[in-house]
Amino acid sequence: MPVIFITDAFIFLLVFMVLAFVLYARKHEHLSAPWKDVARRPIAMSAAIFLAVYVVIGLIDSLHFHPKLEDTKSDKTIYSTEILSVLDIVLNDLRQNTERTYSAPLASYAFAKEMIELPDGKQTRDYPRLKYGGAHLDDPESEGSSDIAKRLVSGLISGLLISLMLIFSVIFQLKKKPEEPFKVTLQKCIKDELDIPWYAIFITLTFITLVICCVYSLAQHYHVFGTDKVGQDVLYQSLKSIRTGLVIGTLTTLVMLPFAIMMGLMAGYFRGWIDDVIQYLYTTLNSIPSVLLIAASILLLQVYISNHEADFTSLEQRADLRLLFLCIILGITSWTGLCRLLRAETLKLREVDYVQAAQAFGVGNITIMLRHLLPNVMHIVMISIVLDFSGLVLAEAVLSYINIGVDPSMYSWGNMINSARLEIARDPVVWWSLAAAFIFMFILVLAANLFSDAVRDAFDPRLRGDI
Amino acid sequence: MMTYILRRIAYSIPILIGVNIITFVLFFVVNTPDDMARMQLGAKHVSEAAINKWKEERGYDKPILWNSEAQATEKITDTIFFQNSVKLFLFDFGSSDSGRDISYDISQRMWPSLSITVPSLILGLIAYITFGLILAFFRSSYIDVTGVILCVAMMSISGLFYIIGGQYLIGKVLHLVPISGYDVGFNAIKFTILPILIGLVGGIGASTRWYRTIFLEEMGKDYVRTAKAKGLSEVIVLYKHVLSNGLIPILTGVVVILPSLFIGSLIVESFFAIPGLGSYTIDAISAQDFAIVRSMVFLGSVLYIIGLILTDISYTLVDPRVRLN
Repeated sequence: MPVIFITDAFIFLLVFMVLAFVLYARKHEHLSAPWKDVARRPIAMSAAIFLAVYVVIGLIDSLHFHPKLEDTKSDKTIYSTEILSVLDIVLNDLRQNTERTYSAPLASYAFAKEMIELPDGKQTRDYPRLKYGGAHLDDPESEGSSDIAKRLVSGLISGLLISLMLIFSVIFQLKKKPEEPFKVTLQKCIKDELDIPWYAIFITLTFITLVICCVYSLAQHYHVFGTDKVGQDVLYQSLKSIRTGLVIGTLTTLVMLPFAIMMGLMAGYFRGWIDDVIQYLYTTLNSIPSVLLIAASILLLQVYISNHEADFTSLEQRADLRLLFLCIILGITSWTGLCRLLRAETLKLREVDYVQAAQAFGVGNITIMLRHLLPNVMHIVMISIVLDFSGLVLAEAVLSYINIGVDPSMYSWGNMINSARLEIARDPVVWWSLAAAFIFMFILVLAANLFSDAVRDAFDPRLRGDI
Repeated sequence: MMTYILRRIAYSIPILIGVNIITFVLFFVVNTPDDMARMQLGAKHVSEAAINKWKEERGYDKPILWNSEAQATEKITDTIFFQNSVKLFLFDFGSSDSGRDISYDISQRMWPSLSITVPSLILGLIAYITFGLILAFFRSSYIDVTGVILCVAMMSISGLFYIIGGQYLIGKVLHLVPISGYDVGFNAIKFTILPILIGLVGGIGASTRWYRTIFLEEMGKDYVRTAKAKGLSEVIVLYKHVLSNGLIPILTGVVVILPSLFIGSLIVESFFAIPGLGSYTIDAISAQDFAIVRSMVFLGSVLYIIGLILTDISYTLVDPRVRLN
């Protein structure tokens, strides 16, 4: 039985909007030209592939449902109260194979010594075997490393095969004419003679498939990133956190966008008292320190939730509402920058000939704003969407640390860091939760940064750095 | 000049009123004092009398905007809005929900905050400008390319990791300085080294890249070409002309944050257990002390507005082409 969270609905709305834009832009040269420019940059395309992998995982994780309960005696199907996503089904093993407590990455033994009862009835204090990690081995101490190496090699081989298949199928698609020999197309790709830097895409693809295959082949019998305090697989947590990060990064902008565009255009176009009011509004909002505004609002949401507990049917729904609310608050604190840019650009544009001509012909104000001004400020909007993304993902981690971020029950990198940071004081150090959150966040933010640089350069060559 | 400043101060009054109204609406209208009392007193089934007592102690039992029972001017003054929000304009923060005097706390906690933020700002400026100049000097060479790649990579790391990594490496492995805490007087120095250093490292990526862009932009201008055509060496052009002109956008970026240095950094202070205003706010957030959060919101806005005015003034001081009117 499917369940649609509010953020899910927004995500699918966003996907729909992106698709609609792509279809529309394909027919309009001036809209697609800057994107084609982005597509010609090797670094941007590599970054885009990484982003695409994250987005796919995030989208799969956004399809929620109540799972069917299997052993029911009556004919009616009964649904569990638990809410799962399709990603949970894909990662079912990871989700359910929980240990008792901490275990190191790829370990077969637990992290701390415990009393173990030996078969002959005596008790000894030693590292107990894990329930799932390396459970297939008879003697992990001697077989462990060779088993891991074997799995790595098989992962590498299968990864190579899969990526080769992917690359060949892409190259077959690339052939201009059916009779063009395969070798010629391949050479073109390698020598970078085609419009898009396919060699960069191929290298990235191969890298990603290799990593995924290696992790997959290891994850079947090990905890690749270890387990956390309650024994949950850290890899699973990191993968589930992807959706949270993406939601914060995209929905925040989506929520504030209509507001910022409308205000910016109106202030610049009408000038006079409307301009004064809008300027007053954003200076006021801007002058409140954003962390404090977020803190105050989250505090108030907590009060609201604790007073209206009956309105929420599930814990997940409550966490989801808090996520959406966080997006809205972050949006309120961040729309002012875009609004100011749009106002300044509109002030310039309203004096341009075609706008003056439209006014002289008696075209209505709203039509002028929608038809003549909006398309000409869209590049600013695009740039600000991609530039804001990485900052918002980083902000989530910081906010979760001071407990004004997403709900503590929700998977997010911020929560992972927050719960792991005290364990750094342990000896030996429990570092894997931090490492996993670091790697996943770093890749996403770095890819987003590189991609946004390319987008900015393509849309606004004036801002271009020298690289 | 003087009239301009006076007018700017006059303009800032409606903005402060706006901030005040927003915080008031957030804290008293969206959530009534009853909700706050329930939240503070914790238990779900708290008695009506306990709530009333809590409200009475903090003066939250008055009407919100209009007290029809009171006499004459007290109709307005004896209300929650007047008692709790209007008084903020006089910097009378009142007492916190736990009964402490907020103004006293602020005046005490301001100094630890400053001891972190001021050195961070000064050292950061020196370091980032130097790095930016180096990258701009070696533009389009391998040094520049690696530098920019490093900057982008460092920008992509969350500040939390710098803090955790720095605490672990310098505090725990190398045992150079204490991991966290604070002390009075000069003993505080050893506690401030680590937060300052980490703040510095964490900012390298974004700031260096930004300064590099500013310098490169200056280097493309006509006066640089003229200076070079005169036969000046690259180094002199860079230090004498590019640096001094590039400082204008840098300076104005810095002046805006000057007043906010008092507030300190929320994250750094709470990680390093520094008893400044940042950790004061964090503690208030986690203890759900609305009075402190409200005061800090107001104080933060005042300081931000002062920063904006200072920025405009500094523009005229460093760049004679800008005239205020």
